Amino acid sequence: MYRLRGVGMSYNGTPVLHDVTLEFEAPLFAAVVGPNGAGKSTLLGIMAGLRPGYAGQCLYRDREVRRWPRRAFAREVSFVPQTVRIEFPFTAEQVVLMGRTPYAGGLFESPEDWEAVERAMQLTDTVAFRHRDFRSLSGGERQLVLLASALAQQPRVLLLDEPTAFLDLRHQIAIYGLLVELSRHGLLVIAATHDLNLAAAFAERIVALRGGRVVADAAPERVVDPAVIRQVFGVEARVAPGPRGRPWILYGE
Amino acid sequence: MASRRPGSWIAAAAAALVAAAVVLPLVGPVRVDLARAWAGVSPDHEILFHARLPRVLLALLAGGTLAAAGALFQALLRDALATPYTLGVSSGASLGAVLAMSLGWEQILGFPAVWAAAFVGAATVLALVVAIASEGRRMSSFTLLLAGVTINSICLALILLLQYLAGFAQSIAIVRWLMGGIEAVPYGVLAAVACAVLPAVAFMCWRAREWNLLAVGEEWAAARGVDTSRALLAGYLAGSFVTGSITALTGPIGFVGLIVPHALRLKVGADHRLLIPCSFLAGAPFLALCDTLARTVAAPTEIPVGVITAMLGGPFFIWLLRSRRRSLWL
Repeated sequence: MYRLRGVGMSYNGTPVLHDVTLEFEAPLFAAVVGPNGAGKSTLLGIMAGLRPGYAGQCLYRDREVRRWPRRAFAREVSFVPQTVRIEFPFTAEQVVLMGRTPYAGGLFESPEDWEAVERAMQLTDTVAFRHRDFRSLSGGERQLVLLASALAQQPRVLLLDEPTAFLDLRHQIAIYGLLVELSRHGLLVIAATHDLNLAAAFAERIVALRGGRVVADAAPERVVDPAVIRQVFGVEARVAPGPRGRPWILYGE
Repeated sequence: MASRRPGSWIAAAAAALVAAAVVLPLVGPVRVDLARAWAGVSPDHEILFHARLPRVLLALLAGGTLAAAGALFQALLRDALATPYTLGVSSGASLGAVLAMSLGWEQILGFPAVWAAAFVGAATVLALVVAIASEGRRMSSFTLLLAGVTINSICLALILLLQYLAGFAQSIAIVRWLMGGIEAVPYGVLAAVACAVLPAVAFMCWRAREWNLLAVGEEWAAARGVDTSRALLAGYLAGSFVTGSITALTGPIGFVGLIVPHALRLKVGADHRLLIPCSFLAGAPFLALCDTLARTVAAPTEIPVGVITAMLGGPFFIWLLRSRRRSLWL
């Protein structure tokens, strides 16, 4: 579904992404890993249609992402930002309802809209605080609500920027488990993260970026390797067998 | 926070508006006999139908419009402190009015010069802000805010200059205008302004879903299929047009556009599909009530209505805040 060929991006003349060539096909759960400033967010932003100024080719279903009509694209691809700062007292449910915008006909919700919201909130386990002010929720609860809002869009592709950056262990595992589940149901899920262990434990494929270039792109067993970790993150690490046959990374000599 | 019965809030605010329209014209230092006024007997007829009623109607229209525009601008700029005046329209209107007063113009094309010049001033600022903010054909709330605030301060500086150069009598007239105030205007003018402003307010209600998304963030809105640049432009044009039209008649009246949306958000929540119509329906009787106090409490002296809106609205808002302190969330 996604075909990127020679994708690059510069901010005010400073290149942050070079010559990225990748393909993604649903169903899949892929992780994009790399240190801060590697270009993960930029790559996801381009794929989500939020950075139309990219160079090269970024095709979604054989059509250049920046040429897609916005509403139609929003029904295909949804994007979960790292955080959202809301100034106003929107409830969790209202935040999820906003995911129905690309389907909206008029001023009010249709029965299908409510159905989609209900399903998204059940899937993310957010029903219990649907009427609470979004700002009063914990970091983990907020992230689940943002995910529910993206799912209410009923997308084929889910792009997530650091979905668990500020979360405790239980929420990290809950969210990654849910992403695996969604990919099994046919979605293409791509999450950017700098947590290599989390990526290795859950994703089927890892794309490693460094300095805006793809330096590795393979199954976790192949990417999680002391030499690759040294190259990508610049740290020494050992790899041991982890849960479910996935590799586990131990940092330090 | 989410109202379970949105209709009841709209109904309550609409009832307050109707009550204000019926009751407030009867209030004043002079008792008016309704039967005599209805029968056209002087002076009851003139007091009720030519002095008080048009004044109350203008206050209703102005209060509703400013409150709705305030709610819209707070969403577009994602700034709880934004007002209809933040982006410079009202200082543009003021600059036009002050220019007309200091040059001693009486009439422009048959309209009172101050109104016409104020409207032209507001329109000029609106065009300038759009031209500056949409540089590179993209508009963001950040460029909009910068352009608006800059033009605003330039206008304020020019107003100060004109005021400094003006004679003593003109200077007093200028200061009085800059305080803002409601006056009885002919029904024809009232109808014309209502015909211009109400469709724009209806548009602001109709596009409320987009304001919801923009109130969260521009990327948030874009990722959900909204053309953010166009939505911002549409919102800015609609909000500024209504603010400019009202300000041309009343001068800048502070506090309504800030306090009414805030107070309502505490009650009806942040959904602009409910917030904007409620702001209009509740802002209208609020300003009409303030204006009635302005002309009665110290009669025959008039107190500037902006003083009343702040002195009545401020403590009320603090009370509202305190009564919700348990949940600390505005």
